[in-house]
Amino acid sequence: MDTTTSPGASSSSVTPKARRFLDAFKRHPTALIGGVILTCMVGMAVFGPWLGTMDPQAVSVVRRLKPPSAAFWFGTDMLGRDVYSRVVYGARVSLVVGLAVALLSTIIGLCIGLVTGYVRRLDALVMRVMDGLMSIPSVLLAIALMALTKASVGNVIAAITLAEVPRVVRMVRSLVLTAREQPYIEAAVAAGTTLPGILVRHLLPNIVAPLLVQGTYICGSAMIIEAILSFIGAGTPPTIPSWGNMMAEGRSLVQIASYLILFPGFFLSLTVLAVNLLGDGMRDALDPRLARRM
Amino acid sequence: MIAYIVRRLLSTIMVMVVVAFVVFSLLYLTPGDPAAVIAGDIASDEDIRRIHVQLGLDEPFLVRFGSWLWAVLHGDLGTSIFTNLPVSQLIAQRIEPTIALTLCTLVVATLLAVPLGVVAAARAGTWLDRAVMSFSVLGFSVPVFVLAYVLILTFSVQLNWLPVQGYRNLRDGVWEWLRHLILPSIALGTVYVALIARMTRASMLDVLAQDYVRTAAAKGLAPNQVLVRHALKNAAIPVVTVVGMGVALLISGAVVTETVFAIPGIGRLTVDAILRRDYPIIQGVILIFSAAYVVINLLVDLSYVFFDPRIRY
Repeated sequence: MDTTTSPGASSSSVTPKARRFLDAFKRHPTALIGGVILTCMVGMAVFGPWLGTMDPQAVSVVRRLKPPSAAFWFGTDMLGRDVYSRVVYGARVSLVVGLAVALLSTIIGLCIGLVTGYVRRLDALVMRVMDGLMSIPSVLLAIALMALTKASVGNVIAAITLAEVPRVVRMVRSLVLTAREQPYIEAAVAAGTTLPGILVRHLLPNIVAPLLVQGTYICGSAMIIEAILSFIGAGTPPTIPSWGNMMAEGRSLVQIASYLILFPGFFLSLTVLAVNLLGDGMRDALDPRLARRM
Repeated sequence: MIAYIVRRLLSTIMVMVVVAFVVFSLLYLTPGDPAAVIAGDIASDEDIRRIHVQLGLDEPFLVRFGSWLWAVLHGDLGTSIFTNLPVSQLIAQRIEPTIALTLCTLVVATLLAVPLGVVAAARAGTWLDRAVMSFSVLGFSVPVFVLAYVLILTFSVQLNWLPVQGYRNLRDGVWEWLRHLILPSIALGTVYVALIARMTRASMLDVLAQDYVRTAAAKGLAPNQVLVRHALKNAAIPVVTVVGMGVALLISGAVVTETVFAIPGIGRLTVDAILRRDYPIIQGVILIFSAAYVVINLLVDLSYVFFDPRIRY
């Protein structure tokens, strides 16, 4: 913490922690593969219109259910829409939902967890509520919340976030409970540091690493939950192509046009795999003790 | 030990009250006025108000929560908007396939995953270990319905070995029943196997580094005996915990699996209810599933006493 690197410092003067992080990444080629795949997916989502796609919503009666060909790489669906274009645009929904849920639930969970872990009087009440919420399987809770509102990407994000927050709170709280017994916290209290000061300056840095890892895993599971919601008709509206609702639409045609389901399914699995590989790599990099075993 | 059990029971009841409160709040926040739905299109405001009083919808939130909870405790989960049948009856009709599917998956997956994890830990660093771990990452990443379709396309459509979808009662013969459960169980159980195998491996690696394992090996016990009697039993607590926690995956997965394989279970009931906006069914199902989840985890916690006799709170 005391190494003061100037902003323009060369790579040779990275802090030991950062070096260890990079080394661990080199030791784990799978994490690197995950990162590369994920970058490709993000690129696909961002540059979709320039990747040889057409309007993913363009309906055409004459080209209904054409199998994959040179003109339609992934074939066309029952409304004649180009599956390749829809898969490319579908990446946006998955990535946005995954990223937004990961960010929101870690931030909200961090705030609640820090405060409840440190302020003991709040703890019992908040944790009972969190235990209750965690007893409802997250997909079901998200389904229930989606049933209350209309289908939209924003509502999907909110519903999944609410279902994931208790898990973050639980983890942050347990880390805070361990950390608060450490001598440096006692020292900070004795030195008269205010409560927000203790939380932000002394506890937060000890929680960031595991939180980052958990955030990555949440990103992956949020993508799966979004796809499940869309698949059973409680997720993104049909007007927005997402991998989940593409598979839902192809459901009745699986025996005659399996490509309708296999392409979005493959991309969904690949993206989640990339995120999970990245998560595993980060976990190993940030926790050398675990790195030996896993 | 009695004190431990009593304490766990009390906290379980607390959790269930919170769950009930959340589920009721969802019901309370549901858009639309149930009284207006019941009264029909040609009802006057006066009629609607009368039904409001009749159903107790004009009572304050907590009073309504109390009477709702009272009804739930007596097995009354409300009435389906679409079919006008009691929700508890609808759930009872559909529960058999869901229990068959989840229970089969739970048992088979656990029996498969624990040995996988043990072997991976015992052979840590070898290709076997890496294979188990790779499978585990894949299992976490491929969503249950994607896997389900790959299985259907391979084993039902291409090879024609197993039925594409549907469900048979156990009464129709064990083989028919099993045939219809094989693919759904594999689809549903893969992520569960991944989870448990990974946890078993991590926990075993922790235990295998302990002194008493070395002592057991040093005094000449057969390696398998060390692995199972000394290591596995001590590594069991995190594993059974994950077996319990993972039931949430099975429940969520069952909703999807039943949709893909057209199994007439509770999951299918839920999805139909979503499409029809039949809120009482959705809420009833969430309550039942959550209660099952909580009870299973209570049993898991109580099983700690068996694995670790030191637990005597």
